[in-house]
Amino acid sequence: MSRENSLVTAQWVEDNLDNPDIVLIEVDEDTTAYDKGHIRGAIKLDWTTDLQDQVRRDFVNKQQFEALLSDRGVSNDHTVVLYGGNNNWFAAYAYWYFKLYGHGDVRLLDGGRKKWELDSRELTDEVPTREKTSYSAEEQDLTIRAFRDETVEAIGDKNLVDVRSPDEYAGRLLAPAHLPQEQAQRAGHIPTAANVPWSKAANDDGTFRGDDELREIYTEAGVDWDKDTIAYCRIGERSSHTWFVLKELLGQENVKNYDGSWTEYGSLVGVPVALGDERGDA
Amino acid sequence: MCGATEGGLSLDGIDVAKEAIIQGQVTHEGEPVENAYVRLLDRTGEFTAEVPTSATGHFRFFAGNGDWTLRTLAPKADPVDKAVTAAVGSVAEVTIPI
Repeated sequence: MSRENSLVTAQWVEDNLDNPDIVLIEVDEDTTAYDKGHIRGAIKLDWTTDLQDQVRRDFVNKQQFEALLSDRGVSNDHTVVLYGGNNNWFAAYAYWYFKLYGHGDVRLLDGGRKKWELDSRELTDEVPTREKTSYSAEEQDLTIRAFRDETVEAIGDKNLVDVRSPDEYAGRLLAPAHLPQEQAQRAGHIPTAANVPWSKAANDDGTFRGDDELREIYTEAGVDWDKDTIAYCRIGERSSHTWFVLKELLGQENVKNYDGSWTEYGSLVGVPVALGDERGDA
Repeated sequence: MCGATEGGLSLDGIDVAKEAIIQGQVTHEGEPVENAYVRLLDRTGEFTAEVPTSATGHFRFFAGNGDWTLRTLAPKADPVDKAVTAAVGSVAEVTIPI
């Protein structure tokens, strides 16, 4: 993958608003953001209800994903362009999800909703209607998804990249600071994980930094480019953003997102936890 | 919103005793700015969180004890940085004119 076939600019989106081969999809942490205004023609996916199983902690399965996209009028041939708030955290999460289920052409709008708003581009509250399709998903591509046992085994072996803020990594905060801090799990990070906050990869306006700059950031943080990598955060959305950078922009092989992330790891019985700003030992 | 006062964001349902709250309002010439983005930077300048302002220009963070910086971005305006100190059990109210 590369920047050319995984990322589009706000201007490109504006120029393609009436292109029938493209489906714009907004995915936000604040699931009401779309309702207040969105890019013309965009549909909404709700990450809490549309993309997650409503009983177990897991994603919707292949059949549910097929039913969802068929219902929303997305076909296998569409170019899906995702965008959202929070610097595309949840749009990147959805991007990873589309890749997990094998969608052919999916892209992120560089800078997401914030860049679009800061550019003073048009938003509408008109909800489009789309004809239903018959979407067919692939089996989950588990080469891009890490589970807990694999993550524990990766300590001291693979690159573990903790993309949360330094205060969350050190255990001084338990959640991103726009959320209440009282949480059930223990604070800290997975021993040996490098802390490369997702935000290092983005400019203030939410757009991604250039490839050379990105490569330097992860190299300086101690990421060994010859090793496999697992990225994690708190619930797997910010680490999707970093997964996107490493795998899709920089073309690194063998990068997985651990979507269980800290809310799972920090609740596991008996696993090692490191506190403070240092990585900790294997 | 008419009658919105400085620091008018309700704390209903929030356990203030357990949180280090930073909240406030972004204004331009005294009027609330509803489409701004406020980012919370830690003592080293590293990004910690970001929220869009509400229809009344309000924002809120749940930080930790210590010194923080609020960086505000808005269309057609230069970024504005403002220092703030937070402590668990208290609410730091900040007005940010841009």
